[in-house]
Amino acid sequence: MPKWFIPLAILCGLMCATAPILVAQAPYESTMGLVQKVFYVHLPSAWMFLLAAIVCGIASVRYLFGGDSRQDRLAWAAAELAVLFGVVTLVTGPLWARKAWGVWWQWDVRLTASLMGWMVAVAYLLLRKYGGPGSDKLAAGLALFGMANVPFVYISVNYWRTIHPTTNVVPTLPTSFGVPLWFSAAAFLLLFVLLLRLRMRLEEQRARIDALYLSMDT
Amino acid sequence: MKLARLVLVVLVTCGASRVVLVAQQSPPQQQDEFVPIDQLPPQDQLPAAPLLVAAYAFVVLALFVYVVSVARRLTSVQRELERLEADIKRGSSG
Repeated sequence: MPKWFIPLAILCGLMCATAPILVAQAPYESTMGLVQKVFYVHLPSAWMFLLAAIVCGIASVRYLFGGDSRQDRLAWAAAELAVLFGVVTLVTGPLWARKAWGVWWQWDVRLTASLMGWMVAVAYLLLRKYGGPGSDKLAAGLALFGMANVPFVYISVNYWRTIHPTTNVVPTLPTSFGVPLWFSAAAFLLLFVLLLRLRMRLEEQRARIDALYLSMDT
Repeated sequence: MKLARLVLVVLVTCGASRVVLVAQQSPPQQQDEFVPIDQLPPQDQLPAAPLLVAAYAFVVLALFVYVVSVARRLTSVQRELERLEADIKRGSSG
């Protein structure tokens, strides 16, 4: 593992331990009250979900056109993180919505597009696991659709009628809400980088095993 | 046969009377104005704490399960790698 991994893991652990204290100290939002504090994990996990889809898409493009197997490993690792952070987003969102909107789910454009993006990431992983030879290229093609969905998820709330808040909420947040949000987002970003590196390490070791088996056969 | 017919008649009569009773009950009072969610009667309000705890517990659990899953896969791959390297070394020396 690279030298930066352990210091970054310690920093990430400290930040993850501090974030709940900041969240607890943040004021109650006037209309939603206590349940609004789901925001501090829902939004950072949604950002990591979209970031993972972008990383997976870019790495897939580079793999398709450059043939670099390191990019393929990066795409695979990012797809797994897209599924992880996607499921966190899609579970914490309804838990918040149940209280704030009175329903668990709405088939509005932001929620539906997010679900579609998550299903693309799941399809990517299923294709890699069960697709057989050639599935790497097919999955890379699929990842492009996952990446193309990201801007649609992001801007959809500004163009379609929806009960989901628009993208103007975060830039206009008061400091008392903004500090715990950005701190939590930084902790999630560190976690994302660490998990991505750890997951890539797994693929690197698998590639070494494959190379060793090939060398034994020849 | 007569008994079965009698039972059927009794059942139909009971069912019909139940329908009439339900129809005679006064409809629930209609709400004709907006009531903010925090002004609802306590029995209609949804507690926020269980939802908040469930959300944070899910985040911790999902991340923990994923880290454990990657660590286990990594350990198993590492073991296989070491075994293979040992086999190759043994093969080349023998």
